[in-house]
Amino acid sequence: MLGRLGAESIDDLLVDVPPRLRLPALGLPAGRSEFETVAQISALAARNRVFADRLCFIGGGVYRRFIPAAVAAVTSKPEFYTAYTPYQPEASQGTLQSIYEFQTLIAQLTGMDAANASLYDGATALAEAAMMATVVTGRHEVLVAGRIHPEYLEVLRTYAGGRGILVREQGELGELTAAVIFQQPDFLGLLENAPELTERAHQAGALAVACVDPISLALLAPPGQYGADIAVGEGQQLGLALSYGGPHVGFIACREELIRRLPGRLVGQALDGRGRRGFTLTLTAREQHIRREKATSNICTNHSLCALAASVYLTYMGPDGLRQVAEVSATRAHALAERLQGVPGVTAAFPGRPFLYEFPLRIDPERLRAADLNRRGILAGLDVGRWYPDLEGVYTFCCTEVNDPAAIDELVVALGSPLS
Amino acid sequence: MADRYYTESHEWVLVDGDIATIGITDFAQAQLGDVVFLELPAPDKALEAGDNFGVIESVKAASDLYSPVAGTVLEANPEVSQRPELVNADPLGRGWLIKVRLNGEATAGLLDEMGYESYVAGLQ
Repeated sequence: MLGRLGAESIDDLLVDVPPRLRLPALGLPAGRSEFETVAQISALAARNRVFADRLCFIGGGVYRRFIPAAVAAVTSKPEFYTAYTPYQPEASQGTLQSIYEFQTLIAQLTGMDAANASLYDGATALAEAAMMATVVTGRHEVLVAGRIHPEYLEVLRTYAGGRGILVREQGELGELTAAVIFQQPDFLGLLENAPELTERAHQAGALAVACVDPISLALLAPPGQYGADIAVGEGQQLGLALSYGGPHVGFIACREELIRRLPGRLVGQALDGRGRRGFTLTLTAREQHIRREKATSNICTNHSLCALAASVYLTYMGPDGLRQVAEVSATRAHALAERLQGVPGVTAAFPGRPFLYEFPLRIDPERLRAADLNRRGILAGLDVGRWYPDLEGVYTFCCTEVNDPAAIDELVVALGSPLS
Repeated sequence: MADRYYTESHEWVLVDGDIATIGITDFAQAQLGDVVFLELPAPDKALEAGDNFGVIESVKAASDLYSPVAGTVLEANPEVSQRPELVNADPLGRGWLIKVRLNGEATAGLLDEMGYESYVAGLQ
């Protein structure tokens, strides 16, 4: 075949691929058996330092939480995890019903009228909401209020650039403002005054877009209650592993009046010819295969398997279980915050600001160096100065139900280690 | 009886004094099929001739609506918002979409009835 192509070797064939992108020589020994290879790789892997779940106190967008076995029991059914989602109603009532249930659960959790079949992640959900707001209002600026996840902001800017949308981080609302976008709790874990931000958006004729933590909604007012127009968020905490940051699942929900501008797939409930309940894609005239360039978004897929995990998690936990998860996390986080602030050189970065289960502390660098947390197997303290220059020396900590009291003791003792 | 004028995007306009009533043609409703939803503008919206003033959604398509004239929206037909099927049943009558207060010259550049008929004949 190489001869037919006029190439002398594989390297000759790949001459157009820049050398820096080619696989370098790996220096592998020849002729090892599968058994020997696995043994050698296992020995190498055993040298990795793996942080125990209970000693992870880092959040910043993804959070370790207990995942009941029921989640994998359902998502590992081949009917669900095989390659592609069949959307034909006659072929896939189970898939469509599972999506419908996800939409229903998200709408109930956020207090909104309707939710779509899911999006890729929290960041793209936020960007989709911004586009939706510009289409609804006919305006082309969005105002980001407070500290949203810095990576969400990057994704928002990427989407906005292609659509001629101006993303502003400060300044006043005006007649060009399509949306006020805020995160509740914010990137540091602190609570925003969501009702006030919503009110200010509405006074300027803009939409209020709330990016919310789904677990927090077991304790906080849902966006629908304070009048937000669009609610979005990241669903990783609902039964999904951290997995180096993905795949996770984004959600987006809105008020009924905006439903025809909602991006992506939407499953509806209907009756078949014999009056039996069934499920089908609905309101598809919103989508780009029909609406063409006037569609809100070019998204026409979703993260069904991850959404299914979230549905199983929410169903399994129920309202009481979800509240328990949120309460235990918040109680432990508040106890941790108080104890850490008793350590010399550690202070609250924003004293008096309320939070749920993630919070920012200002820490003397000497203190962190002496604690040497990583070597003790404790993963804690996200350096948020990486993204916010005004927050140099500020670190966020989080607590969830996986951080047991003994783990909290270990962290407090470690951070209180004598300075050398 | 005032004359009805037409656009190549299949809207009609009927002018009475400085008030223009706008809808879509019988040909348009037949092509769209069952109309299921209308998105129409709020009063006081200013329109130039050719401006997009809303969306009409049928079981098979969602299409933009274009104003044949320049003016200010007075009202959207409250009846069609509740019963979009009126656009199919009576496109030139009870299925009207919006009323507009005209800015100046109304019908320049529009097709008259015969002009529109021959335009549609050319499409078929």
